[in-house]
Amino acid sequence: MAYPADYRYTKEHEWLKVEGNTGTVGITDHAQESLGDIVFVELPKVGTELTAGKTLGTVESVKAVSDIFAPASGTVTEVNEALNTSPEQVNKDAHGAWMVKVKLKDPSEANRLLSAADYEKYVAAEGGH
Amino acid sequence: MSSETVAATPRKTALNPVHRQMGAKMVDFNGWDMPVEYPPVGGLMKEHLAVRNGVGVFDVSHMGDIRIAGPQALAAVQHITMNDAAGMAIGQCRYSAMLYPQGTFVDDVIVHRMGDDDYMLVINAGTREKDVSWVTENTRQFDCKAENLSDNYTQIAIQGPKGVNTLQKLTDADLSQVKFYWFTHGTVCGLPNILIARTGYTAEDGFEIYVPTDEPTSARVWYAVMEAGKEFGIVPCGLGARNTLRLEGRLPLYGHEISDSINVWEAGLERFLKMEKGDFTGRAALERAKADGIKRTLVGLESVDRGIPRDGYKVLDLKGKEIGYVTSGSYAPFLKKNIALAYVPMEHSAIGSEVAVEIRNQPVKCKVIPTPFYKRPKKQS
Repeated sequence: MAYPADYRYTKEHEWLKVEGNTGTVGITDHAQESLGDIVFVELPKVGTELTAGKTLGTVESVKAVSDIFAPASGTVTEVNEALNTSPEQVNKDAHGAWMVKVKLKDPSEANRLLSAADYEKYVAAEGGH
Repeated sequence: MSSETVAATPRKTALNPVHRQMGAKMVDFNGWDMPVEYPPVGGLMKEHLAVRNGVGVFDVSHMGDIRIAGPQALAAVQHITMNDAAGMAIGQCRYSAMLYPQGTFVDDVIVHRMGDDDYMLVINAGTREKDVSWVTENTRQFDCKAENLSDNYTQIAIQGPKGVNTLQKLTDADLSQVKFYWFTHGTVCGLPNILIARTGYTAEDGFEIYVPTDEPTSARVWYAVMEAGKEFGIVPCGLGARNTLRLEGRLPLYGHEISDSINVWEAGLERFLKMEKGDFTGRAALERAKADGIKRTLVGLESVDRGIPRDGYKVLDLKGKEIGYVTSGSYAPFLKKNIALAYVPMEHSAIGSEVAVEIRNQPVKCKVIPTPFYKRPKKQS
């Protein structure tokens, strides 16, 4: 699976796509793969203030519960409600199945995150033991 | 999950290399390195549905087996288990449990009557050592021998409505003559005298076979089963699907629905408790517990609001007061809803009662629904 080069990534396996002041957030293909069949996604309400590194929601597979961490700080402007009824979209297309859109407090926060190449290396090292 | 026997180096079944070769995701389960699911060929959801609709194959070699044989074998079995073994025919299996004197669970077991004075108890992986010493200790007064056969078998479960068609291709035994919860012996994959039991832990029809434990033989049988089941869409299934399948069928798991602090009445297993058979370990305490009144009971829950109740979550009443806990909970792949088993006080146990389960500090409304959540369609092959 190719990790889009225009996204940034966290070590907790979220992705962030920045366009101007808007950040779009999802979880990575590696995350969906290690979770397995995703059956539940819980997302914050529009207007929620997010702090980088803090929990923004939860994703659950049949077996596991996993927190989603905010890759950057900002205010939630849009939530992908379709995931309430079709959480399996995350398995099918993790890099397309976005979770929230955020009005970023400071778009340059994204620079602290991993590039696609670095994330790929990170995942390979993590899975290589 | 009980962690009492987690060893530094996890134990492996003879099929361990096969699981790895098939791309299984491995986990430590009670000290055993076991497949939880097989993402490349199945994945939990697909595995679960294969068993409900077709056939799936499981490695359950981590289960244990204890043979009790000798002139007083029956008396010994009667003494240490709660169901009545007296009426069993040779070739019959019976679900039962071993109890502590307090009427709580040592383990649940399947009793197999192998011969005149010859019984085999199939026990859980997580309680193997404890069970073996319990049985040894508590049958000492009888003229019989308790023998741990746990390492003698690779135990393979072939489960689902097409399990019978799958296994029939590999054996000379006429499986149509083996009723549910009976067993026979036959040649399987050219191996003589293999124990073939129509048992399982999936709330589905199916078989469990006990083959020699060496790696090449185990692998050969596994792949033969895979090949025989190909036309029915067979998939290898891990512990993940095993858990959701048994949960839909309300089959108890040690350390969850049953334990050393839960008694038979609470667990709702009195169908397998034969108080009238005579004395046995735990009986007196159960009599007292009944006279004192049962205070909590195991119920089935379904989420009304969004949220998946999971093992260990608190159960609240609608005012927010803690009243019980979830023993097992999950998204149910066949039923496509979020279900749980939970202990609640009697007054909250009626079908239709509304309670809440605390999920990430939020009460999520659930209602009590009938169990088993899933019952297989009646059809004899």
